[in-house]
Amino acid sequence: MSVMLNGLTSFHFLPLAELEVGKQFYWHIGNFNVHGQVLLTSWIVIGSLVLMSVLATRNLQRVPAGTQNLMEYALEFIRDLAKTQIGEKEYRPWVPFIGTLFLFIFVCNWAGALVPWKLIRLPEGELAAPTGDINTTIALALLTSLAYFYAGFRKKGLGYFGNYVQPVPFMLPFKIIEDFTKPLSLSFRLFGNILADELVVGVLVLLVPLFVPLPVMALGLFTSAIQALIFATLAASYIGEAMEDHGEEHGEH
Amino acid sequence: MNPTIAAASVLAAALAVGLGAVGPGIGQGSAAGRAVEGIARQPEAEGKIRGTLLLSLAFMEALTIYGLVVALVLLFANPFV
Repeated sequence: MSVMLNGLTSFHFLPLAELEVGKQFYWHIGNFNVHGQVLLTSWIVIGSLVLMSVLATRNLQRVPAGTQNLMEYALEFIRDLAKTQIGEKEYRPWVPFIGTLFLFIFVCNWAGALVPWKLIRLPEGELAAPTGDINTTIALALLTSLAYFYAGFRKKGLGYFGNYVQPVPFMLPFKIIEDFTKPLSLSFRLFGNILADELVVGVLVLLVPLFVPLPVMALGLFTSAIQALIFATLAASYIGEAMEDHGEEHGEH
Repeated sequence: MNPTIAAASVLAAALAVGLGAVGPGIGQGSAAGRAVEGIARQPEAEGKIRGTLLLSLAFMEALTIYGLVVALVLLFANPFV
């Protein structure tokens, strides 16, 4: 397929305008090939999140200001999200997990769009949003799967398998398939959206390098924020679903 | 590279995105229309309706994105070449 790739990449007018898909900066660690650029950017994202949290909590005030105010706003937002999806009684232990997912994905997406990574040259591949790599999103989605299984087993023990035959035993195959499609759709949705944003901006920059891509970039910022919200909401709703009691009413999904 | 496979891949990629955009397009249109109806009937609920609408639009958009992922795989990581 390299012919098609060359056809695309040979179209650059500016040094900033190039399209690269599927080129990775490999690190060889033991027997593994690691995508170095993803690792670098995700550790930068994690570092900046930790730094923000330390800055916000270092000197706590009764009346929040500056960073503390911002982080309290984020925390309240995440708490509300978890509360509406998981329910008043059970949501508290899951706030850290949902919050980590939301903040990590959100900062990854925005870092990929806002930070001028092009200024840093790598031998191969380029620095971009870590969520634009399928491995990152699959890892996040599998963590979500583990989390909701853990939530279900912890709450109900082996009675969790009762979920599979509720409300009618006829649903069993669909519920089993659902366990596989949940992480699949979670990971593909995030990966596809972020990669699509980057590609659309890339193609537009190829065609018209100045000003015209700006509205599309703004739209990309918006969709990537929404995608972070969707991932966190869905993770919370899967966890809530796993812990749901079937005697009570069914909440909306 | 086999030219037949290349041609088939390009065609399939175009079809994947093109046909994949049809369904969500219809869905998004009808969802947005209903949302506007709802806002016209009950303007004070605009904030809530907008939030729900954006979330559901993103869900529908994801369907097209699946088609795009398939197209990208066909173009850049084709398993048959």
